[in-house]
Amino acid sequence: RTVEPLEYYRRFLKENCRPDGRELGEFRTTTVNIGKCLCSITTADGSALVKLGNTTVICGVKAELAAPAADSANKGYIVPNVELPSLCAERFRSGPPGEEAQAASQFIADVIENSQMIVKEDLCIANGKLAWVLYCDIICLDYDGNLLDASVFALLAALKNVQLPSVTINEETGLSEVNLKQKNPLVIRKHPVATSFAVFDDTLLIVDPTAEEEDLATGTVTIVTDEEGRLCSVHKPGGSPLTGAKLQDCITRAITRHKEVKKLIDKVIKSITPK
Amino acid sequence: PGDTSVLAGLYGPAEAKVSKELPDRAALEVLLRPKVGLPGVLERSREQLLRQTCEAVVLGVLHPRTAISLVLQVLSDAGSLLSCCLNAACMALLDAGLPLAALFCGVTCALQPDGTILLDPTARQEQEARAILTFAIASSERKVLMATTKGSCSMEEMQQCLAAAQRAADTIFQFYRDSVRRRYSK
Repeated sequence: RTVEPLEYYRRFLKENCRPDGRELGEFRTTTVNIGKCLCSITTADGSALVKLGNTTVICGVKAELAAPAADSANKGYIVPNVELPSLCAERFRSGPPGEEAQAASQFIADVIENSQMIVKEDLCIANGKLAWVLYCDIICLDYDGNLLDASVFALLAALKNVQLPSVTINEETGLSEVNLKQKNPLVIRKHPVATSFAVFDDTLLIVDPTAEEEDLATGTVTIVTDEEGRLCSVHKPGGSPLTGAKLQDCITRAITRHKEVKKLIDKVIKSITPK
Repeated sequence: PGDTSVLAGLYGPAEAKVSKELPDRAALEVLLRPKVGLPGVLERSREQLLRQTCEAVVLGVLHPRTAISLVLQVLSDAGSLLSCCLNAACMALLDAGLPLAALFCGVTCALQPDGTILLDPTARQEQEARAILTFAIASSERKVLMATTKGSCSMEEMQQCLAAAQRAADTIFQFYRDSVRRRYSK
């Protein structure tokens, strides 16, 4: 396994299964922890911890007030930031964010934008004067492949947990008054879910690759779908060429996965809202 | 194509730094410089897309422990920037004479609000579009080498755009052949 990893894998793939016992189209067990009681981040306005097999990703959302940009006076901001600290895997060094972290951050920003998960106009409190800024920090605690899926999931779960205090602008003083007692949940319009595939030898497609599988794969594909079966994002950064039909298979699989994940999220949210 | 222009410079295969060299293949590096400002997160993700696309076609195993650097400078941006970069990268690889498994070309499709597909959109058309899909199509069997989408679309729409992109790829490959012929016939 250490000397000839590719050959070792090929033998398994010929039998249509993988070393950890999974089928080619099977996902690892997914667990989600949302909220202040179960999750570690008590200072964040919303937080979630997602475990996809061994890959652990935690997402914290903090809401702050700021003046909106001059050209889009009725829009707030969402700033995702993905961090891959060196504790999560030996190949990441400490220091400025590497290419993978930056590409992941950009990907998450694109998903938020494309899927219209949070419409920026909803974040506006007073036109031209005050708007919310949501800083979403996604930190990987343990990297075992499939970072993008776990990050998108963690982000979605954390955002569903966010409670924004209501803010009113005092007419006389022009200052904002934050009412921490009265909290409203964030309006989430769409629920995007990412599904990642690894391509082997230009032909085989496996779902939810582990870190080992990702290294051996000749390419990766990530598809983000929302509940209407629309594609929010197709991300295939290079790697072996795929035919249109193969891509179609991936998309159908992604749509099935979306339903599974949505059920999971709904179940978890229902279990933590006693009020 | 149009007013978007990207200048590509390719250096390599050259000696690689010990920290960067790979024992069995060439290490490919892509640097994308925007027209104004420092490269940011967007450039980084574009660089990653370009790098992995090039890695799939360049036969790196023929040149182990070397480094191939591709530097792209954006001269002007009037829409379809990513596919312009892809085309520039491929032509640079061709011009340098690096061994390639296949050629690739970049095609951008814009899906307009009324459902019509527009190939190679301008910046204005990109803004109005409901979704923008960029594909890198390989010359061997017109397979999809790279795909990115901005904005949401349905499965059927994506397939239609893909088919349109594959047809357009033929025109672009013809352009490659003509340019190379012109260059080497003098």
